[in-house]
Amino acid sequence: MSDLTKLSAAALSGMIAKREVSAVEVATAHLDRITAVEERVHAFLHVDREGALAAAKKVDDGEITGPLAGVPIAVKDVVTTKGIPTTAASKILEGWKPPYDATIVERLKAAGMPILGKTNMDEFAMGSSTEYSAYGPTNNPWDLGRIPGGSGGGSAAALAAYEAPLAIGTDTGGSIRQPGAVTGTVGAKPTYGGTSRYGLIAFSSSLDTPGPCARTVEDTALLHAVIAGHDPRDSTSIAQPVPDVVAAARRGLQGDLTGVKLGIVKEFAGDGSEPGVVAAFKESLEALVKLGAEVVEVSCPHFQYALPAYYLIAPSECSSNLARFDGVRYGLRAGDDGQHSLEEVMSLTREAGFGPEVKRRIIIGTYALSSGYYDAYYGQAQKVRTLITRDFEAAFEKVDVLVSPTTPFVAFPFGSRTSDPYQMYLADLFTIPTNLYGGPAISVPCGLSEGLPVGFQIMAPTLADDRMYRVAGALESAVGTFTPPAL
Amino acid sequence: MAAISREEVAHLARLSRLAVTEEELDRFAGQLDVILQSVARVGEVAAEDIPPTSHSVPLTNVYRDDVPQPSLTQDAALSGAPDAYEGRFRVPRILDEED
Repeated sequence: MSDLTKLSAAALSGMIAKREVSAVEVATAHLDRITAVEERVHAFLHVDREGALAAAKKVDDGEITGPLAGVPIAVKDVVTTKGIPTTAASKILEGWKPPYDATIVERLKAAGMPILGKTNMDEFAMGSSTEYSAYGPTNNPWDLGRIPGGSGGGSAAALAAYEAPLAIGTDTGGSIRQPGAVTGTVGAKPTYGGTSRYGLIAFSSSLDTPGPCARTVEDTALLHAVIAGHDPRDSTSIAQPVPDVVAAARRGLQGDLTGVKLGIVKEFAGDGSEPGVVAAFKESLEALVKLGAEVVEVSCPHFQYALPAYYLIAPSECSSNLARFDGVRYGLRAGDDGQHSLEEVMSLTREAGFGPEVKRRIIIGTYALSSGYYDAYYGQAQKVRTLITRDFEAAFEKVDVLVSPTTPFVAFPFGSRTSDPYQMYLADLFTIPTNLYGGPAISVPCGLSEGLPVGFQIMAPTLADDRMYRVAGALESAVGTFTPPAL
Repeated sequence: MAAISREEVAHLARLSRLAVTEEELDRFAGQLDVILQSVARVGEVAAEDIPPTSHSVPLTNVYRDDVPQPSLTQDAALSGAPDAYEGRFRVPRILDEED
């Protein structure tokens, strides 16, 4: 393996700026690494070698400069990339080349970051294991027989396998943080509205949030700064300045948390987390106390209803958003043989194009929104969302951030949870409350259990993304980073 | 909450424009039942006086001046279409024979 693929994005950008290495060399090293390991990892659905090298050359030619100029990146396949196939890991969009770029992709290009390719994921970002990709699962570089998390398993695995130094994910119920946790990488869900959703293939519009993935906290913050900020094309985009997350991360890395209050949620105890996960979390908490932090127990009584509320709200919004896949304007069309009506062609197209988890959620959402059940399910879930928001607000009057394990268990073997969808949904137990509230949250590797990585989650108030990066940096300074066995 | 029947799943699939198979009907009926019973707990907490939250960011209309701006060309808009005819999306017939 080339040493270039082992370096952080911060180190690479410094070397490229000083012309110690060319951006083309850096991109080539990563493309070669992809060629060498993809057969075993399967993190990518599409690799854009020519496009990445062309973008790198522009940096070498001095056309673009900036903090991450020349640093290559992988992009989750739910984010549209002009002229590069974008499928959301679904058969219904096989071969589709979007005619436009997502706002965050425009920003990556403007920053001079070569896009290596599109990463694998659960179909339409629905899942917690990347086993629901229509193109086959991604394997966890820590143990190729285990899941890399979901839905952003491809992005997280690409980082852990040294195929890319940076990646883009999207987080609807934990799809950036949970894959980060089980692959030993860092993943941040920014404040909802802090990063533009324009050009994301929508799953659950009131929850979806694109965000940065990397191997270190500083790299995550650097990427966060590139993609965040107001976008007039997204009506939910927040027109306020982005806090200086890079300065906050660097401050945290100096290892001083004096005066910072960390809240642990009483109701998260006794939730069935694996003992090894609990042990790694507690040890990390003690490490943060040694850096000067104070731990305070807080009560968030409605967090126990977050998972049920999420599994009504997200499917409801998905059943509406995915109505656009009807075989008319783009993507697959099935049954158009002159014998079937438009309605039948739509039904046959959707049956042929959608996988099992997507169908399940469309049907649940249709049920939850249907006459007679709306008040009992969707309406109630939206009220629970209010109660959870109040829990967060009350907690943040007492503490600066809330902390928890990111996931209740380490990476599980393939197939072990697919037969029981509700067991799979439990993977997002700790990550979902934040999506319902809208605040930022990050997962940072904090230790190992049975030789597999454990994630530490830090949740902050809305628009206080910098606060979470400070604690994340301090944690990394205390526990270090974790390297998977050689592939 | 009442258990969800196979017939109910078939009805929901029709509403969702999903031509599910017989085997899927059997599988989904069992799975959806478990999921719906698990999520029914949301009914336990929220009282009448709790306002619902639909979005974590207050939604407001976003306007711009009514000035023509470039958008996708016709070719670009049709570039991903499964079928196109004279610059338009071609769709299968909408009416049945008897209509």
